[in-house]
Amino acid sequence: MIDLNITWFLLVGVLIIGYAILDGFDLGVGVIQLFTKDKEEKRINKNAIGPVWDGNEVWLLTAGGALFAAFPIVYATVFSGFYLAFILLLVALIFRAVSFEFGKYVETEKAKGYWDIAFSLGSLVPALLYGVAFGNILRGIPLDQKGNFLGSFIGLLNPYSLLIGVLSLAMLTMHGAAYLTLKTEGKQKERMIDLTGKMWIAFVSLYLLATLASFFVAPFLFENVFKNPLFWVLLIVLFVSIILIPVTVRLKKNGLAFLFSSITIGVMIGLAALSLFPRLVPSSIDLSYSLTIYNASSTPRTLFTMLIIALTGMPLVIGYTIFVYRVFKGKVVINKESY
Amino acid sequence: MDAVLLARIQFAMTIGFHFLFPPLTIGLAWILVLIETLGWKKKDLVYIALGKFFGKLLALIFAVGVATGIVMEFQFGTNWSEYSKFVGDIFGAPLAAEGVFAFFLESTFLGLYIFGRDKVSKGVHWFSALMVAVGSTISAFWILVANSWQQTPAGYVIQNGRAELTSFWDAVFNPSTMPRFWHTFDAALISGAFFVMGVAAILILRNKEVETAKKALRLAAIFGLVVSLLEVFPFGHDHGRQVAQTQPEKFAAIQGLYTSQTGAPVALFAFPTNKPPELKAKIEIPGLLSWLAFGDVNARIKGINEFPQDEIPPLFLTFVSYHNMVILGMYFIFISALMTYLSWKNKLWNKKKTLKLIAWSIPLPLLACQLGWIAAEVGRQPWIVYKLMKTSHAVSISVGAGEILFSIILFGLIYILLLITLLFLMNKKINAGPEPVQIKEA
Ligand code: HDD
Ligand code: HEM
Ligand code: HEM
Repeated sequence: MIDLNITWFLLVGVLIIGYAILDGFDLGVGVIQLFTKDKEEKRINKNAIGPVWDGNEVWLLTAGGALFAAFPIVYATVFSGFYLAFILLLVALIFRAVSFEFGKYVETEKAKGYWDIAFSLGSLVPALLYGVAFGNILRGIPLDQKGNFLGSFIGLLNPYSLLIGVLSLAMLTMHGAAYLTLKTEGKQKERMIDLTGKMWIAFVSLYLLATLASFFVAPFLFENVFKNPLFWVLLIVLFVSIILIPVTVRLKKNGLAFLFSSITIGVMIGLAALSLFPRLVPSSIDLSYSLTIYNASSTPRTLFTMLIIALTGMPLVIGYTIFVYRVFKGKVVINKESY
Repeated sequence: MDAVLLARIQFAMTIGFHFLFPPLTIGLAWILVLIETLGWKKKDLVYIALGKFFGKLLALIFAVGVATGIVMEFQFGTNWSEYSKFVGDIFGAPLAAEGVFAFFLESTFLGLYIFGRDKVSKGVHWFSALMVAVGSTISAFWILVANSWQQTPAGYVIQNGRAELTSFWDAVFNPSTMPRFWHTFDAALISGAFFVMGVAAILILRNKEVETAKKALRLAAIFGLVVSLLEVFPFGHDHGRQVAQTQPEKFAAIQGLYTSQTGAPVALFAFPTNKPPELKAKIEIPGLLSWLAFGDVNARIKGINEFPQDEIPPLFLTFVSYHNMVILGMYFIFISALMTYLSWKNKLWNKKKTLKLIAWSIPLPLLACQLGWIAAEVGRQPWIVYKLMKTSHAVSISVGAGEILFSIILFGLIYILLLITLLFLMNKKINAGPEPVQIKEA
């Protein structure tokens, strides 16, 4: 029943979800930085993610590598098709990656300010673009019979995809705020609790809107899912965890709030993946031209080899990641090594 | 300009810039393991101060390495989609393995190494330094596996219009993987050694924590001498022999052997001209090349004239870059031997000119690395995958020349900004010096 192609569909999904949850909160913190005025608070924000953001970003790199190895046709088609969008994403990620170290050592307040803006925009742009890219995949992109992309950059900026972009931005900002409630104290913490609540409202309304829009833009997504019991299970989990975010945050159970925010993100992506399955990239020209987990995949031998690599490597990664998170647990303390 | 040329320019520019940082990261990380070991075991405060000082510089260099590396990871898809479709069944796995086995390790433990000094035990802190070094080395291994496969493909069949895996281990340990790994890894160690030597020389010149700097210089000089010697023999030699066997036209090009010969000479110096291909003003040692490549002074080596015209790489660039790399290799042995001698005899510290020379030598190993890659990659042309796929068939079809030009300009400007900022901040960090250490009277 579960063949190698399905396994890799799941594993790439797990990597994307891991990325969205982990780097998601530090992208969110970057967005919040844009609206933080107080200098000391800004510093705390940065140091809240300082030791861990790079490890989080590796989830993206690994998801990219896994996509290349398991579904090379998708990697090649989507990345070249979305060329300018990807260049924009890369530029944002470059600035974000250097802004920590560069911002730490430049002297003047003005220069620090610039690198801070680089950090924020370097977080905001990806948070938005991931959604836009996802939106385009969900509604389908113009692929011809041979799987070649026929669209344009402007074509990617359609209203539906932009809506998913804003949804992703709101969701990650909420997630970042929930994370900061764990890392901050006093007034700043109160404000983050407040912000989590507000972003929750934005997120839920956008999500409802997006689901409604999907019915019209991409009806094929709903073809089979209603018959699938897994869909209903996930939907219930999603519903419960969404409700529990504002509840726990008001009760100051911040750890739980962050947990539910993480579950929400994971399940949301899971649901989207389930409705795409077994397609990876639907074609908007003719659904039968779509790239699927079967016509876009590597050979069984490669998929199997990769499975062994994943099964030996990932438990280790998860082990030491948990170890390092525990070392840096608790409120941010600023010292001489800080950013 | 056509899209193929532009895509090549972009790739060469971004990987060339990226590759300024990995050698420093890898080399510095291993030297830091050495320093941290000494600091921990001997409880020597000087080494602890050195660990903190060079650790900060490592973090700075690492950040730019990461920023430029992200571009590389996605560029195969964005710019080389036909290549990615052709090789995906084989090439993707090492890239994914690099993420799983290496990037996670180095980035997670670097955070712990830099920020965790006071939060974890000394043993765990030392272990985190080790994991950064190990992680960056594993990263080099897997990416070089990918690169070596496109130089000397193995463990595949051509089926369904693409290369399909038949044996994972044959693909991983293809004929050029290990020679290339050792050679590049050791080049990184040389880069690290010259960096530490040079920075220590600057500290002495600027009269900052001189006693601490002296220890660093001595350590780096010996380390540098060992790895510089190893680079020429066995690693350089071994790599050269590998090329002679697997890519004869590249070998002929980098050696400047334009007509087949028995008892082929090594050209120590020459100026190559193109039409007809010829070496001008050459100094040669007869028979040496045949001996180095095949262990027999009389062995016959194929010259450029024996290969089809449309399958030979650019001759000038490959010859010049290869020979300058080798000359630099000799220079590194000479300089590190000299430094070892002078620093242990305490004759170095007031020689301003020599110290300046060391400081100015910091970028030279990086230059040698760039030259080496140019020899290897340009020498592979016109193939993107040796004998299987031409570079001109590999670019993305849906990306126009204008789009690529745009991204080249954008990345170019950003990279200039990054480089200037980095140099400026490194200079500032070096100026601040290591933290002062109370040296106890013996
Ligand atoms: C994993 C694969 C890989 C790795 C590790 C490298 N390269 Fe490479 N290189 C390629 C894969 C590749 C490629 C994808 O195969 C290119 C792109 C176009 C081409 O012809 O080959 C290429 C082209 C290419 C060119 C242009 C050659 C030409 O088109 O005439 C240069 C100058 C370099 N590379 C330099 C480097 C440097 C400085 C590297 C140091 C890290 C490097 N390469 C590592
Ligand atoms: C075309 C090939 C290459 C690709 C796709 C690539 C990809 C990447 C990526 C995505 C990163 C960032 C990882 C992070 O966030 O920690 C990175 C960094 C790194 N890469 Fe590369 N890379 C390439 C060439 C090389 C080569 C040839 C080497 C070594 C010989 C190398 C060694 C490293 C190391 C050590 C780092 C750590 C960061 C740093 O260097 O400062 N890379 N690379
Ligand atoms: C006598 C000394 C040396 C010899 C005989 C030698 C030999 C070679 C050969 C034959 C290649 C081409 C491999 C190919 O075409 O695939 C190469 C590449 C390279 N060399 Fe050297 N080399 C020497 C010194 C150095 C030094 C001192 C450095 C740097 C510090 C260096 C760094 C590199 C790098 C980075 C590459 C490209 C990667 C690779 O193919 O391994 N080499 N070298």
